[in-house]
Amino acid sequence: MLKAKDKIFTNLYGDQTYSLREAQSRGDWDQTIDFIKKGSDWIIDEVKKSELRGRGGAGFPTGLKWSFMPKDANKNNYLVVNADESEPGTCKDRDMIRNEPHKLLEGCLLAGFAMNAHDCYIYIRGEYFNESVVLQKAIDEAYEAGLIGKNACNSGWNFNIYLHRGAGAYICGEETALLESLEGKKGQPRLKPPFPANKGLYGSPTTVNNVETIAVVPTILRRGGSWFSSLGKTKNTGTKVFCISGHVNTPCNIEEEMGIPLKELIEKHAGGVRGGWNNLKAIIPGGSSVPMIPKSVCDNVSMDFDSLSSVKSGLGTAAVIVMDQSTDLVKAIARISRFYKHESCGQCTPCREGTGWMWRMMEKIAAGEASPGEIDRLLDVTKQVEGHTICALGDAAAWPIQGLFRHFRDEIEEQLIKKIRAA
Amino acid sequence: MAKIKVDGTEIEVRDDMTILQACEEAGREIPRFCYHDRLSIAGNCRMCLVDVEGSPKPVASCAMPVNEGMSIHTNTQKVKKAREGVMEFLLINHPLDCPVCDQGGECDLQDQTVAYGSGKSRFDLNKRSVEEKYMGPLIKTYMTRCIHCTRCIRFSEEVAGVEEIGAVNRGENMEITTYLEKSIDSEMSANVIDLCPVGALTSKPYQFEARPWELKKTETIDVMDAVGSNIRVDTYGWKVKRILPRLNEDINEEWISDKSRYACDGLLNQRLDTPYVRHDGNLNATDWNDALNECLSFMKNHKPDEIAFLVGDFIDLETSYLIKQLSESLNIKKIECRQEGVRLPYSDRSQYLFNSTINGIEESDCILIIGSNVREEAPIINTRIRKHLLNKNIPIGLIGEKFDLTFDYEHLGNDLNILKSISDGENNFCKILDKAKKPMIIIGQSVLSRDDSLNAYSLIEDIVHQYSFLDSSWNGVNTLQLSASRIGALDMGCYQSSRSLKDIYADAENGSLKLLFSFGADEIDYSKFQNTKIIYMGSHGDRGASNSDLILPSAAYTEKDAIYINTEGRLQYAYQASFPPSEAKTDWKIINQISEMLNLNWGFVTLDDVRKKIKNQYPDLFNQVSADRPYKRLLANKASKISFDNKEIGSMIKDFYLTDSISRLSKTMAECSQIRKELRNGKAI
Repeated sequence: MLKAKDKIFTNLYGDQTYSLREAQSRGDWDQTIDFIKKGSDWIIDEVKKSELRGRGGAGFPTGLKWSFMPKDANKNNYLVVNADESEPGTCKDRDMIRNEPHKLLEGCLLAGFAMNAHDCYIYIRGEYFNESVVLQKAIDEAYEAGLIGKNACNSGWNFNIYLHRGAGAYICGEETALLESLEGKKGQPRLKPPFPANKGLYGSPTTVNNVETIAVVPTILRRGGSWFSSLGKTKNTGTKVFCISGHVNTPCNIEEEMGIPLKELIEKHAGGVRGGWNNLKAIIPGGSSVPMIPKSVCDNVSMDFDSLSSVKSGLGTAAVIVMDQSTDLVKAIARISRFYKHESCGQCTPCREGTGWMWRMMEKIAAGEASPGEIDRLLDVTKQVEGHTICALGDAAAWPIQGLFRHFRDEIEEQLIKKIRAA
Repeated sequence: MAKIKVDGTEIEVRDDMTILQACEEAGREIPRFCYHDRLSIAGNCRMCLVDVEGSPKPVASCAMPVNEGMSIHTNTQKVKKAREGVMEFLLINHPLDCPVCDQGGECDLQDQTVAYGSGKSRFDLNKRSVEEKYMGPLIKTYMTRCIHCTRCIRFSEEVAGVEEIGAVNRGENMEITTYLEKSIDSEMSANVIDLCPVGALTSKPYQFEARPWELKKTETIDVMDAVGSNIRVDTYGWKVKRILPRLNEDINEEWISDKSRYACDGLLNQRLDTPYVRHDGNLNATDWNDALNECLSFMKNHKPDEIAFLVGDFIDLETSYLIKQLSESLNIKKIECRQEGVRLPYSDRSQYLFNSTINGIEESDCILIIGSNVREEAPIINTRIRKHLLNKNIPIGLIGEKFDLTFDYEHLGNDLNILKSISDGENNFCKILDKAKKPMIIIGQSVLSRDDSLNAYSLIEDIVHQYSFLDSSWNGVNTLQLSASRIGALDMGCYQSSRSLKDIYADAENGSLKLLFSFGADEIDYSKFQNTKIIYMGSHGDRGASNSDLILPSAAYTEKDAIYINTEGRLQYAYQASFPPSEAKTDWKIINQISEMLNLNWGFVTLDDVRKKIKNQYPDLFNQVSADRPYKRLLANKASKISFDNKEIGSMIKDFYLTDSISRLSKTMAECSQIRKELRNGKAI
């Protein structure tokens, strides 16, 4: 269990205000100028040493990602922070922005300096209205205090932060769709290559990072990359904010060590599963787009990127959705399928046509109107979507269905057959 | 160069190629819907997925550049499965209405379903249906068939330069539409019909007219403007059913203007199908014998200097040649093809050609347009300029009326005196011209047809010689002609040096002109010839025919083999697709018959005889065109102390859709013209 002294987000629950004064009393904006003086290579090195992996879902090593940015001082690099947190079940960034906005802003300055960017855009989910007000206030405070803006923190580095509100499209959380949207176009993912690090916002090199990734950077620099990497497991280091929701007694956001056993996480912080651990049916461990795992797997699995992918699921955004025995899993996944059908941008064929088809078949199965053979067809359709699309939304729509049938196919088929016999 | 492997065969390709292009180079066909050579890459149909070693997922080959050492597989099980999957997705919501779809028989979706589809359907739910959209009088929509490849969107944004087609909504509700369901305000709009890989956008005038396999296809040349776009004429029996563009990288690439495509229904209307003679004020049908005798008696009754020959806009090279021969045999000096009223005493081809060539536009680094609405006068050239501008962002200046040319340019002012300030080095644009290595000047007919055109032209020549418009490998002086016949007729000498059409008008008004022989000249003011006898030879009952005393019916451009020379000076052969109606005859034969009756002993039996004669006399015309053609100065000296009182430059084209006798008689063009008027007045639906 994570010791209190190793917690990064000490005000995650808003015990104190988000104001600059209190943020500084918690240690934010401390030594920032010293880190800048040590140079961008030192910052990137330290982040590499921490083995920090991106907190947005894909888990790409952050230091490596930053090192892709061209060093050419004449180029106009951009840092873009992805605060378009729309993954069902996920609400970690919201609390960070509400209560710890200065961690994010300080991280922006340091990350921006490290990747030679003078401008940073924070793209915040449109529905996060109150959060955007808070964040804007925090930005204003930081400008007033000279922490950002011209000659930020007296470092000689000019750094501007702009806040941009989205308009409610899930797909705009995909990094290249986010860039399109930021440029004022329809939010549709771009083809890769070119990757944003070569050609991103307005055609300039750009790095897009999740809020949490950026927000943990100042603390990593203050306490050292080796401190961060000493937490958690190898290659899955540090702390992580988990969002626990669903059939638990006390749903919460909680910062914990990476690799904490799932059972321990839920029992210790979320008051346990409703009706006890044995009442558990399945858990979606990383937000709606990762495949679910049944109780038998949940008993022993740890919450980190590699452990979860070894059980054919993923850490994703670490949004743990707990479903107890009362849950109709097919209905639950059908609802998730409807979400992806609704949020598909419509650009590429498999996702545009496939998400709707998959949802309708899921509804048919949920209503018990399908024959068991249709499950094979559905799974085949998920295979035709998966890996064939421009962005990962196609995969995200396919995986929950695959996860469902991987673990519960027998049970569902049995029910379907029962229904057919009854009729 | 990069060495890659395609299905095990090693091949070397350019570094900037995509996998799809490389596979084509290696002789592998990659199916695709959204990818198009001339449009930006969208990568959204996912039909072109291939297997690349080392990549866990199949790769969209249209968007992925090749890498040294890449190994690509185009026929693995994985690729086959991926293609089948995409085909299935495209088809689940595509209606099964091929039997009533106009695209049937030339449909990419149909063909690729046969080649790459799985052959069975697993979709047992209801299909989506989408409301039709209004896209104007040319484009018929059936949006349920749309597969969202976005080619039409990319075409209108990138090539046509009108951002009027787009996609609304998202996911499976995505729909392609013109945002407010307005007609598309572009001269190039109908090209989206060719681009559409399915039957979502089809041709409205051609709707349910014929099946592609029933049509006879003839590859020929368009005459609606001076560009000479390469077209294919599809005929069903005698009727021209439709006109499609044909690939020619030097001229029209693969686009044609809406007028080239749709004026063809004018070929069926108001045709002159038998000779007519005016008796007691009425035109009466007669036979060729009578008509030609009448014609001869008209000509014999007048002295040569009482007769004028006018050469119209659709006259081919051979006919121009024979008209010139006839005028010389009869000693007629008043012969004129320049219906715009140009009076310049041309002495060399380079003075009236588009010397830089259309391909040359893409080499140029600065363009100065003088008095030309290129967008309406030559949409294809305008498209090429736009393409070059998008690639290279070169400076473009325009002197004359301000037009929406679909691209950004610097409007220097509608004032001829600006020419003077440039020639004196006082204009800001001079700095841009100074830097340019291959500048182009495009001179519109609205400048050349002015009464003071000599002054204007002397200033232009002065500017041309001050900057680097001319060197041994570059000729940047371009006159933009408006009609298909013009260059050929000028080359044959069908013009009066230092006189113009306006002088012929004056002669007619003061009575010294007694007989006008109009060879399809419909763009002149016939009210000036009220006391003049008029013989009209042409194909359509338009302005000329209604004013004439004798009508000799001839063939339209789709009904004869002919040579046309385009504004670049490029000689092209047009081929007969259908037949002249009823009694009408091919133009050259009519004039040849007149010569026989006059005992001129030309000795032409076939069209080939005429062509041989032309080739002997003008061998240079048959040479390849290139942008290094030397320019020969027209006016010796710069006129001193010029100032223009009437300084504004007008516009030659009053209505893009109604510029000649065929388009004026086309129902489709009339509709387009009406809708454009309403659009521009802000009243359109």
